Amino acid sequence: MANPEEIEESSDEIVKKMMFVMRKAPHGTINPYEGLEVMLIVAAYDQDLSAVFLDDGVYAIKKGQDPKEIGVKDFSTTFRVLPGYGIEKIYVEKESLENRGLTVEDLLLEVEVVDKSEVTKLMQEQDVLFPF
Amino acid sequence: MLFTVNKSPFLFGHLDSCLQYAIKDTPILLIEDGVYAASKGTSYEKKLKEALGKFEIYALGPDLKARGIASVIDGVKIVDYAGFVDLAEKHNVAPWI
Amino acid sequence: MGVKLKFGILILEGPYQHQSSDSAYNFAIAALEKGHEVSGVFLYNDGVNNATSFGDPPQDDRNVQEKWSKLAQEKGIDIVVCIAAGKRRGLIDDNLIKGTRISGLGQLTDLAISTDRLVTFGD
Repeated sequence: MANPEEIEESSDEIVKKMMFVMRKAPHGTINPYEGLEVMLIVAAYDQDLSAVFLDDGVYAIKKGQDPKEIGVKDFSTTFRVLPGYGIEKIYVEKESLENRGLTVEDLLLEVEVVDKSEVTKLMQEQDVLFPF
Repeated sequence: MLFTVNKSPFLFGHLDSCLQYAIKDTPILLIEDGVYAASKGTSYEKKLKEALGKFEIYALGPDLKARGIASVIDGVKIVDYAGFVDLAEKHNVAPWI
Repeated sequence: MGVKLKFGILILEGPYQHQSSDSAYNFAIAALEKGHEVSGVFLYNDGVNNATSFGDPPQDDRNVQEKWSKLAQEKGIDIVVCIAAGKRRGLIDDNLIKGTRISGLGQLTDLAISTDRLVTFGD
C-alpha cells in the first residue's frame, strides 16, 4: 500500500475528477482485476473518483462468479469494498445490462443505473479516464 | 473528449460502442487496426459515413500507410502523430480500447 | 506553438504482440518534438514487458525495449514499471532496462494528478 505521508506531499491538494471506465469481462483477460487494483490504490488519494461499468464490464460485477475450477482466485467480491474506500459513485449503463440479460439484482454491489447519454455526460466532466 | 479506437470494426464492436457514447462534434481518432474502418468500399463504409455527419473522424496516417490503405472515405481527416498530439492537447482522451 | 502541456502515458500491452507500445512511443516522440513535456510513462498489465532487458529481437526488427531505455536516458523521462504487475510477470530490478525503475501504483496516481493529460495505449 502507498505511504500516506508520501501521498500528502506529492498530490499537493489538487483534486481531479477521475473515472474508471470498465468495459472488459473478467477472467478472459486480467483487465478488470488489475483495474480494481488501480482503483484501490487511487482511492487512497483524495480525488473525486467514480467508476462506470459498461459493455462487457458489467460481467466483472456479476454475482455468482466462482473461478475455482479454472484455477484462478475470485476477486469479484472485492468490488464490494469500493464504497468503503471512497469510490461511492458507481454507475452501470442500462443497455449493457439489458443486452446481457442482467438486472441490478444480478450485481454484487449497489450501483446507479444510467443511460448512454448520462455516461457521456459523466465522462465529459472528467479530468482523467482509466480504461480497464 | 477525444475517443481513440484501435480495433477493426469487422472483428470487434469497439467502434460501434464508441459511436454510441460519443456526442455530436466529438472527435474520434482511428489508430492501429481501427483505421480499417476508414477504408473505402467496405461493408462498414455506410455506417462510417453516417457517423461522419455527427462526429469529426480522424485516422492516423502512418497506420493507414502501414496497412496499405490508400483509399480513405471522404470526410475522414488524416493526421500524423503530431496531429494526434494536437488533438490530445485540445481534448481529454477516452481510450476506447 | 500552442500551450505547453504535461502528458502522462499509460501502457497496458507488451511490445511486439500488440502495436500499442509502438504507438505510445511515437506519440511520446511527437509530443516532445512539439515542445510538450512527457512527465512519465507508467507500464502496467503486460505493458511491464516493455522494460525487460531480456529482449533480443532479430537485427532487422526494432528493439522496443531499447527505444524506451534510450528515451528514458536521453530525454530524462521517468519510466515506471508497476511492482505488482511486474512481479507477476517476472519483471524485477535485475532484468530491467536502463533508465527505468520499479515502483507502485501510487506513481500512476501521481502521474494522473500532476499531468494535464493521461493518454492510455493498450488492447
